[in-house]
Amino acid sequence: MSEKIDYAALPDAAGHFGIYGGRFVSETLMQALDELRDAYAKFKHDAKFQAEFDRDLAQYVGRPSPLYHAERLSREVGGAQIFLKREDLNHTGAHKINNTIGQALLARAMGKRRIIAETGAGQHGVASATVAARFGMECVVYMGAEDIQRQAPNVYRMKLLGARVVPVTSGSKTLKDALNEAMRDWVTNVDSTFYIIGTVAGPHPYPAMVRDFQAVIGREARRQCQEQTGALPDALVACVGGGSNAIGLFHPFLEDEAVKIYGVEAAGHGIGTGQHAAPLCAGKPGVLHGNRTYLMESDDGQIIETHSVSAGLDYPGVGPEHAWLKDIGRASYVAITDNEALAAFHQLTRVEGIIPALESSHAMAYGVKLAATLPPEQRLIINLSGRGDKDINTIAGIEGIQL
Amino acid sequence: MSRLEQRFKDLQAASRTALIPYIMTADPQPEVTLPLMHAMVQAGADIIELGAPFSDPMADGPVIQQAAERALAFGTSLRDVFRVVEDFRKTDNETPIIMMGYLNPIEVMGYAAFAEGAAAAGIDGIITVDMPPEEAEDYIAALREHDIDPVFLLAPTTTEARMAKIAAVASGFAYYVSLKGVTGSASLNVAEVAARVTCIRKHIKIPLGIGFGIKDAATAAKVSTCADAVVVGSAIVTQMAQNSGNIDKIITTVTDLLGAMRQAMAAAGAKIPN
Repeated sequence: MSEKIDYAALPDAAGHFGIYGGRFVSETLMQALDELRDAYAKFKHDAKFQAEFDRDLAQYVGRPSPLYHAERLSREVGGAQIFLKREDLNHTGAHKINNTIGQALLARAMGKRRIIAETGAGQHGVASATVAARFGMECVVYMGAEDIQRQAPNVYRMKLLGARVVPVTSGSKTLKDALNEAMRDWVTNVDSTFYIIGTVAGPHPYPAMVRDFQAVIGREARRQCQEQTGALPDALVACVGGGSNAIGLFHPFLEDEAVKIYGVEAAGHGIGTGQHAAPLCAGKPGVLHGNRTYLMESDDGQIIETHSVSAGLDYPGVGPEHAWLKDIGRASYVAITDNEALAAFHQLTRVEGIIPALESSHAMAYGVKLAATLPPEQRLIINLSGRGDKDINTIAGIEGIQL
Repeated sequence: MSRLEQRFKDLQAASRTALIPYIMTADPQPEVTLPLMHAMVQAGADIIELGAPFSDPMADGPVIQQAAERALAFGTSLRDVFRVVEDFRKTDNETPIIMMGYLNPIEVMGYAAFAEGAAAAGIDGIITVDMPPEEAEDYIAALREHDIDPVFLLAPTTTEARMAKIAAVASGFAYYVSLKGVTGSASLNVAEVAARVTCIRKHIKIPLGIGFGIKDAATAAKVSTCADAVVVGSAIVTQMAQNSGNIDKIITTVTDLLGAMRQAMAAAGAKIPN
């Protein structure tokens, strides 16, 4: 990169990261997005709002999450020192709650009493239902019918928390269709309803707002790494579906040009098979769900079905900031197959006694591969974005075990 | 003068509100579209709105979603939409045709290639559901280059400031989405719509169509007194889905519905002058 980029200045006023991002929605939502943008701009710099957000992250979510030096795993791999950012230890078991706390505070400040959310793996749905319960708000979660099958424990969790889970049976019956349905709900109930998008995608201001709420991950990791090792890490690794845990870790390091950044997409059965969920590795730019970004699409511009063993990565798009980071070369995007992720799942479980989510297992798989190529004095942070309890039925099923 | 301009000018002279039926290209099967378009003109359609299917129609309710899924099952693409319009133009060079679709297939084709192809086929205007004016500068330029009108939507949530912004770029006509919701939602409140239209007319000087929630002849008639055009979509598409496989039956039921709407609109009397 020849000239210095002011990463904090992006997106621009219209929500663009280079050619990506923006606002591509039907007219009915434009005013609601303007209101949300204005409210967020106001509260972003409101000391009282930020103090409440920080207090909730500390006392309700349990932050800061530890940066854990996985010494046994590092020794076994025989390369760089592996550090795990333990987002799996957050309340509700994943990074998703950082964002839902922020958006629920905003919903309350804007006087909205009803929240809606889409969910894939169910982690964002649980995190949304959780904050709705805490704030006494009505909560409706849209979830693909296929994902409801795959993630039964999370569905029950949401119901226990008082949310209504609406199965989505259109299209591929997964996360993208849940997002469509949530958008349709929002268009219909726009006056009363706050839509909590769970990732750094969607129309402006969502990609920037969700990034800001998740950037606590990277700010903590940066400080913790310096405290524990006296230096910044040499590389960062995180899985990318929509990309919120990844951008949360990456963003506070973007200006540290010596820190290499790797986003890990889901290669499913293998990129060559076409059955994957890796738009940055194998897709093309297009427009979906309110933003321009890399997409998995046909030659005619229809969105194609994705595959990943992990419901949370099974999405044909990706946050626009990732698309831009790829194009400018600041971050590298790679892909890990189902089988590699499953092997990493078992490795971390057996070597460190930590059961990772299948999503995070993709980051683990690539991180371990990368660590093996680096000298032992280097440091690698892998974002352990969620815990794997929700996935044990899936794993057991794959291995032919009846629970 | 463009076909759209000419048509609205003629309608204005006759104090007649345009009836605009919407059908999805190749729904429920490809052979239906062309004969149905001609039959709808015979039954009193003044302009035809032709849907281009998209895999993720975020602004549409279940009826149009399923129509898109049926069309996509036949592999229907933008080029198929062009082809059917081209065939239609062999015998009808007067009835304006508006394409309604989502942006991504157009992005993938490229704005210039799309505008050129649409114009060559004989398409007069484009409604791009998920393309607000703020993002549309290059797109509008490409459409204008080929004399295609960018038709923009207005919603119950559209502020007067946005109306002015939309007025600055829209041509052909503007389309008021008469309720908060997706296509095919609950019926609209006619009095509320009329009040809203008065406000919109302060900013929008081109013809104004009203759609979403117009399910029957009675509603069409009521809405027609305050609009330059009435758009009917889901009510037609529902009929078509119910008669899938029987082209004659589809044509009869759709033309009966349009005939009833046309008649009720005529009985409702002359349009209130703008």
